[in-house]
Amino acid sequence: MATVSPTPLLKDELDIVIPTIRNLDFLEMWRPFFQPYHLIIVQDGDPSKAIKVPEGFDYELYNRNDINRILGPKASCISFKDSACRCFGYMISKKKYIYTIDDDCFVAKDPSGKDINALEQHIKNLLCPSTPFFFNTLYDPYRDGADFVRGYPFSLREGVPTAVSHGLWLNIPDYDAPTQLVKPLERNKRYVDAIMTIPKGTLFPMCGMNLAFNRELIGPAMYFGLMGDGQPIGRYDDMWAGWCTKVICDHLGLGVKTGLPYIWHSKASNPFVNLKKEYKGIYWQEELIPFFQSVTLTKDCTTVQKCYIEISKQVKAKLGKVDDYFNKLADAMVTWIEAWDELNPSAAKSAELPNGATK
Amino acid sequence: MRTPSCLLPLTLDSAVLNLSNITDLSPLPDHILIELFLRTLRAGKLTERVLKLFIATGKDEVFSLIQELNIQVTVNPVLPTRTLNSDLTSFMNAWRPIFSRFHLIIVKDLDLKEEIKIPEGFNLDVYEKPDIDRLVGTSTSIIFSGYACRYFGYLVSRKKYIISVDDDCLPAKDNKGFLVDAVSQHITNLTTPATPFFFNTLYDPFTEGADFVRGYPFSLRSGVTCVLSCGLWHNLADYDAPTQALKPEERNSRYVDAVLTVPARTLMPISGINIAFNRDVVGPALLPCLRLAAEGKFRWETMEDIWSGMCVKVICDHLRLGVKTGLPYVWRNDRGDAIASLRKEWEGVKMMEEVVPFFQSLRLPQEATTAEDCVVEVANAVKEKLGSKDPVFARTAKAMLDWVKLWKSVGGCSSSPGA
Repeated sequence: MATVSPTPLLKDELDIVIPTIRNLDFLEMWRPFFQPYHLIIVQDGDPSKAIKVPEGFDYELYNRNDINRILGPKASCISFKDSACRCFGYMISKKKYIYTIDDDCFVAKDPSGKDINALEQHIKNLLCPSTPFFFNTLYDPYRDGADFVRGYPFSLREGVPTAVSHGLWLNIPDYDAPTQLVKPLERNKRYVDAIMTIPKGTLFPMCGMNLAFNRELIGPAMYFGLMGDGQPIGRYDDMWAGWCTKVICDHLGLGVKTGLPYIWHSKASNPFVNLKKEYKGIYWQEELIPFFQSVTLTKDCTTVQKCYIEISKQVKAKLGKVDDYFNKLADAMVTWIEAWDELNPSAAKSAELPNGATK
Repeated sequence: MRTPSCLLPLTLDSAVLNLSNITDLSPLPDHILIELFLRTLRAGKLTERVLKLFIATGKDEVFSLIQELNIQVTVNPVLPTRTLNSDLTSFMNAWRPIFSRFHLIIVKDLDLKEEIKIPEGFNLDVYEKPDIDRLVGTSTSIIFSGYACRYFGYLVSRKKYIISVDDDCLPAKDNKGFLVDAVSQHITNLTTPATPFFFNTLYDPFTEGADFVRGYPFSLRSGVTCVLSCGLWHNLADYDAPTQALKPEERNSRYVDAVLTVPARTLMPISGINIAFNRDVVGPALLPCLRLAAEGKFRWETMEDIWSGMCVKVICDHLRLGVKTGLPYVWRNDRGDAIASLRKEWEGVKMMEEVVPFFQSLRLPQEATTAEDCVVEVANAVKEKLGSKDPVFARTAKAMLDWVKLWKSVGGCSSSPGA
């Protein structure tokens, strides 16, 4: 097909959102790849602590005081003492694309020993279509050296716009606390050289450690929920956002990809601390999965915001009885959308799904 | 929890990897023999030959383990021959290290006139036109010619697992340069659970070095039985003729080191070039029923496997069984001229536009609890919904019902309900 053209940098169209509570030393390793981009740093925890950003990066930083000042009473929807606060960064950004990464994630190497430019791969993933309606056995058909296999209907070969690019991690895998406790020494050494679209109707556990998305297509769905301080649950922020996002993408005909790029995850969090945070989530997810699998969105849910509000109503109706937390969460979901629309007024009107692929 | 490696476990692991070179296990002390047996079993390497080795030691503990664990090694590679290649010598010699320990079924294409040549040293049965006629008779609409001849092999096999590889494929090499034991990988795929109800982002959670990720519901972690394993192809990938014609130089060299479960209700083109399945559970669902009017002798001139694959997937989804895709790879030789094939009418390609929406909306009734029942339901739906669109579908529906009858009479006992 076409010759390989270089991946556009998109440096004026993409923000990198980083939640942090400690320091940003990890950025030194990412400098060759991140320096052209604008960073949005969301400082969690004690706002009086000064977070040092390495020289030479263009950034804006928000701590809890800033979040409270900007959102006023609506700040209640943004988590405190949990990396879920990063979604404030998505809301405040004015760019088309977001890449978010954790501060214990470093540059990984591919099997040939070369440094992986994760951001470049995410951009490639977002700029090229997804294929959620029929699985291609050779994975991403648009990739160099691959294509659609025999039997793949031609009418489905144009694909749909990609809303989310979910990257993976070498070294410390993203396990839950029980698995971590049973296998504390397990390291992910397998480099799986594939990107694939997660089929329509299939849910997945979305990890926020190495994630990129098209903010214009799906931004309002990327609410990371109520976690951390004062909340009965933690480490389910990205999961929640992922389930809502996937249901909405399936409804609106948008694609979600997973696979490359890999980053190197360096820090294993304490499994006992994790167990305390996840404990309720482990039980609740047994209810949550059937809930998301059966969410129905009607034809008049034509924008992400409308879909999201509809989901919040169903959360209240069906999950409120599992725990009162879900009533609060449903309210927070509405607050989030209100805050999003306030901070992104023109986006509220143009969020109707465009026809054809985005570039 | 992995303890630091010491010499004994390292030795045992090494022995498991090198089983094909071991001819006598009797010098081993009992406790080491038992441990080796268990590791071999866990690694999915307990083949007939290896089992015989253990039995030959005469040790009681081994016998009681075999009894207790109800071990039955039952693999059956089925090899259809190609009309352009009656000389199977180089193909079988290339696969010898991998195939020689299994029982092979070779089915000769009805249209092939020459004698087939098979090298020595294999445990096999060969079926040719007279055998097929004798067993199947003439009252059926099923024609075991072309790529469809392999289904005769599926019919007559009495083993639990079947592996089927096109005879223009050779063993591939993995990303470290080692020869891929495709049979072993298929068996591993079929003997470990599949996870179709929720996607695991680290792919196969049962493989060494991986697991379920955070957020994967615990109630779904035991998985379901995997009954179909779809492998991939290096060199000549399974493209249709237009794609191959447009990219004549393209060869697949990417080794994607993953096996993954195809999610429930997700359909995909299942290629017959390199597959394996659990005959006991889904045998009847792999069916030689869709024959294109201009069906040819190159893969890109057929759709029989794609049709069969759609049926199998819908049936597996209904019976809550798993289908995996990914490893193992085979190396597929260059063959045929895609541009020459382009001159034929694009029946198959056009057909998929009707076929895919049909299967995506197909729902089978609760009462269909075996593969045979499901095939009958699918056949009836094909006749009802697609029959009027193209005569090939009406023929296919009839062939599917004939296949079920054939399966019941020639195929031995009926399939077990979804395990």
